[in-house]
Amino acid sequence: MLKGRHLIDPKDFSIEELESILELAEEIINNQGDFKNLCDEKILGTLFYEPSTRTRFSFEAAMIRLGGRVIGFAEPGSSSVMKGESIPDTIRTVASYVDIIAMRHPKEGAPKYASYYSSVPIINAGDGGHQHPTQTLTDLLTIKEVKGRLSNLTIGLCGDLKFGRTVHSLIKAMSRYEGVKFVLISPNELQIPEYIRTEVLTNKGIPFMEIERLEEVMDSLDILYMTRVQKERFFNEADYIRLKDSYILDRDKLKLAKDDLSILHPFPRVNEISYEIDEDPRACYFDQLKYGMYVRMALIAKLLGVA
Amino acid sequence: MLYIDSISKGIVIDHIRAGGGFSIFKYLELDKADFTVALIMNAPSKKFGKKDLIKIENRIDLDLAMLGFIDPNITVNIIEDEKIVEKINLSLPRKVEGIIKCKNPRCVTSLERNIVHKFVLMDEEKGAYKCEYCDQIYSWEG
Repeated sequence: MLKGRHLIDPKDFSIEELESILELAEEIINNQGDFKNLCDEKILGTLFYEPSTRTRFSFEAAMIRLGGRVIGFAEPGSSSVMKGESIPDTIRTVASYVDIIAMRHPKEGAPKYASYYSSVPIINAGDGGHQHPTQTLTDLLTIKEVKGRLSNLTIGLCGDLKFGRTVHSLIKAMSRYEGVKFVLISPNELQIPEYIRTEVLTNKGIPFMEIERLEEVMDSLDILYMTRVQKERFFNEADYIRLKDSYILDRDKLKLAKDDLSILHPFPRVNEISYEIDEDPRACYFDQLKYGMYVRMALIAKLLGVA
Repeated sequence: MLYIDSISKGIVIDHIRAGGGFSIFKYLELDKADFTVALIMNAPSKKFGKKDLIKIENRIDLDLAMLGFIDPNITVNIIEDEKIVEKINLSLPRKVEGIIKCKNPRCVTSLERNIVHKFVLMDEEKGAYKCEYCDQIYSWEG
């Protein structure tokens, strides 16, 4: 039962619960008209303390397509946050007006902290370089659609694996499926955080390898998850400039890949996937964008207990 | 060999890692005690070679979870009529709150004024803890 629950971390939900959301998303894709009044009289609060295009728009579009309404802020400057209001006070206030909250925050753990003070479900819409579970739902739905399965896959994750919250959440979710292997491709400076390496992978006996060069492993991958090197996660601009172009997927690298490789990207991209790849049938990132809204419709409906 | 009188009623905190006794003495604020206390350092130990121990001639409230976090090898002996009536072996607590601070500058604990720093035990063998909010592993160094 997902009604009334928070989604802060992909592991908050069991595999069965995650799959029930994916199944509902597939149902919504196939029968959109049946769901347009599901959230009549319900309100989603969007608390975005950090800029977002896709995540905020897809949450808002999802709620509107379910017949609900949306209130919130897109940057903290237009709220009492600027006056120094604490997270508990903001959350207690907003939770008394809305039925469900999507929260993005630059500080890691902020949505979890918020969930301790909320009387309505909190959805983590991205917290710093930590987790992004609704992007993971999007990624899972995309993989399920393009591969027909979520098990027995070799998944390459490339780019900024240290601060890439979508990477951390995807590893947490996919590590629970049978026969999944991870190939982690990054500069040494941007390798996965220690808690992912130790707690999520090593202690659970999940096969993984860490390497620096994408070309070396291209032919072994079923899925390639590209990420951008995010400027705002760096403390030091010189480090950013040195590393930002390390991992660019172009036609030459793609020649080494399997014919049925699926390329995913959480977006926005800068230059890590050349535009020449967009027309390649292996590029799945535009499908991924589309699935984001449907999976959030399914999530909202489940947490509100209306589906 | 140095001899310290045995106590008739109170607590003996035994098997403290050698060198760790003073910080526990300070943590328990025994330097402000108005009853008899003794900090013994580098006492011979069959198990560890050397150990520290603290004798307290009083029954005080001890936060066993905190003591276990500082040093899980500690044994707490409760003394009545000069005899040990209870022996408590400590272990690492599953959760520690408000004791250590998260050092991740991106963690929500670096922003919010009244937040309690919370850590959960991640690896009992290595004694590793992680921040409940940001998952950063606690480092004992620096």
